[in-house]
Amino acid sequence: MAVDRLPPAADTHERQLTGLDALELIPAKRTSFGLRVWRHAWPMLTAVVIVLAIWQAVVLAGFWPEYVFAGPITTFGDLANKVTDPEFYQALATTMRRAVVGFALAVLIGLVIGAAVSRVRILRAAFGSLITGLQTMPSIAWFPFAILLFGLTESAIQFVVVLGAAPSIANGLIAGVDYTPPLLLRAGKVLGFGRLQMYRHVILPASLPSFLAGLKQGWAFAWRSLMAGELMVIIAYQASLGEQLAISRELSDSPGLIGTMIVILVIGIVIDMLFEAANTALRRRWGLRQEQ
Amino acid sequence: MTAPLTEHADSRTDAYAVRLEAVSKMYGKDLLALDRVSLAVRPGEFVCLLGASGCGKSTLLNLVAGLDDVSGGEISSGSKIAMMFQEPALFPWLTVNANVEMAMRAEKVGKDERRARAQELLDLVHLGAFGKKRPHELSGGMRQRVALARALAQEADVLLMDEPFGALDAMTRDILHDELERIWRERRPAVLFVTHNVREAVRLGDRVVLLSSRPGRVVEDFPIELPRPRRTDSAEVATLAATITDRLREEVGRHGR
Ligand SMILES: Nc1ncnc2c1ncn2[C@@H]1O[C@H](COP(=O)(O)OP(=O)(O)OP(=O)(O)O)[C@@H](O)[C@H]1O
Ligand SMILES: [Mg+2]
Repeated sequence: MAVDRLPPAADTHERQLTGLDALELIPAKRTSFGLRVWRHAWPMLTAVVIVLAIWQAVVLAGFWPEYVFAGPITTFGDLANKVTDPEFYQALATTMRRAVVGFALAVLIGLVIGAAVSRVRILRAAFGSLITGLQTMPSIAWFPFAILLFGLTESAIQFVVVLGAAPSIANGLIAGVDYTPPLLLRAGKVLGFGRLQMYRHVILPASLPSFLAGLKQGWAFAWRSLMAGELMVIIAYQASLGEQLAISRELSDSPGLIGTMIVILVIGIVIDMLFEAANTALRRRWGLRQEQ
Repeated sequence: MTAPLTEHADSRTDAYAVRLEAVSKMYGKDLLALDRVSLAVRPGEFVCLLGASGCGKSTLLNLVAGLDDVSGGEISSGSKIAMMFQEPALFPWLTVNANVEMAMRAEKVGKDERRARAQELLDLVHLGAFGKKRPHELSGGMRQRVALARALAQEADVLLMDEPFGALDAMTRDILHDELERIWRERRPAVLFVTHNVREAVRLGDRVVLLSSRPGRVVEDFPIELPRPRRTDSAEVATLAATITDRLREEVGRHGR
């Protein structure tokens, strides 16, 4: 039998492999930070300008008198005054404190429930669809009950905020655990992971994107419930954004009312953007998203 | 070189890295995926399992890896088993280094040693410079090499490989065959390598075991006594591959009737 040509030595392989690798790797294209910010900013700015124009046009059309429906210029003038007023910051602080505490509680409860339900089959059968059902319940429908239980107190508000947000957070975790790629579970098993290691090293990291989506949705529900709560449960001597809305309405202070609404909207958008940024960072790290 | 296994071979477990005795696997009530498959792989032996698509090759590996339970028969193995899947199955949230280190987590290897061993293995598969990358930043061939490094990190005596190079281009595959052979000769694990590529089987195996389709049965066991290192495009490999292909065709043809 003729001796075959010997295969190339290892260092030749090294070179060939490096060559092939280099061919397949696409160098990452980095755009400058300023350019990226601008790319995201200009569509938003355009949208804001369009909305302001429509707003001004409606006011000019004169369906309502100016003291009922204030225009952008009056509103922003009023808002500029407001942001120099310490009382505004007190109201803002109260609302944000409630939001953070309520959301944190909801995360804690959602995590515990989500972990239990995703692990224990009986709990899943019993509570799985109930949790999803709770998500569809308009949070404002809880308030009469909450007020009955806790009176006109902050606890009533927190109760509803938590009920609004926790199901989404639990559901996010449950979905993440459910959709852990089976291949990765098998890989973990072959690597010899026990039950606990499987959770720590495979299932929990794999469910992170879904959990993050749940957090984001939970936040949206928490914020809505909180505003509803602050309108319904007004606590004496505690200024809050919701309370300011109610007062402005009673005083027929149109610029003040719209200004507070803008503040509420902006806070919602900013926090949503934070969640979105976290989500994007995660997806990029995992290679789930192509760099544009 | 290893002689083909005879009926009278030593039956003590330690003479085998893995041994299957009349192993059957049913899916549901009426799909018999494997029918009384008997097969033994000796320590350090490279066995290629060849069969048409859907004949139960992956099923067999999953059973050996303990990912699934047998419906009948017995699998004995006194040794630790590592497995490489058809896809790299790397953890996308971890760097290449951390992925390889994961294989040493179950054993509670210390951090410094984990790191050192991972680096050594990545050097072995020529990816020493890519430890800080994430899997999605690598090409398919590179990912499969990371998966190989991770499987080797388990320091198992048995390495199961399920069509590990199936998705790669011919040139990369050729190089990886040479690399796998080199690593196998250095570390001498028993390898059970699944493929439906006849030349690949002949290129790599000490033995090529041919499985029939539905139900999967062992049809024939070809010892490959060509000297190593072999080349996929050599005449000897081609001739032997042609013989085995004919036998495989015959086997597949039975289903047409
Ligand atoms: N979990 C399962 N449930 C039901 N049937 C299955 C399952 N896994 C595999 N099968 C069936 O068992 C048979 C063998 O499948 P298997 O995946 O082992 O084949 P294979 O030889 O690995 O094929 P391929 O070369 O395409 O990878 C097939 O008919 C398949 O449909
Ligand atoms: Mg298969």
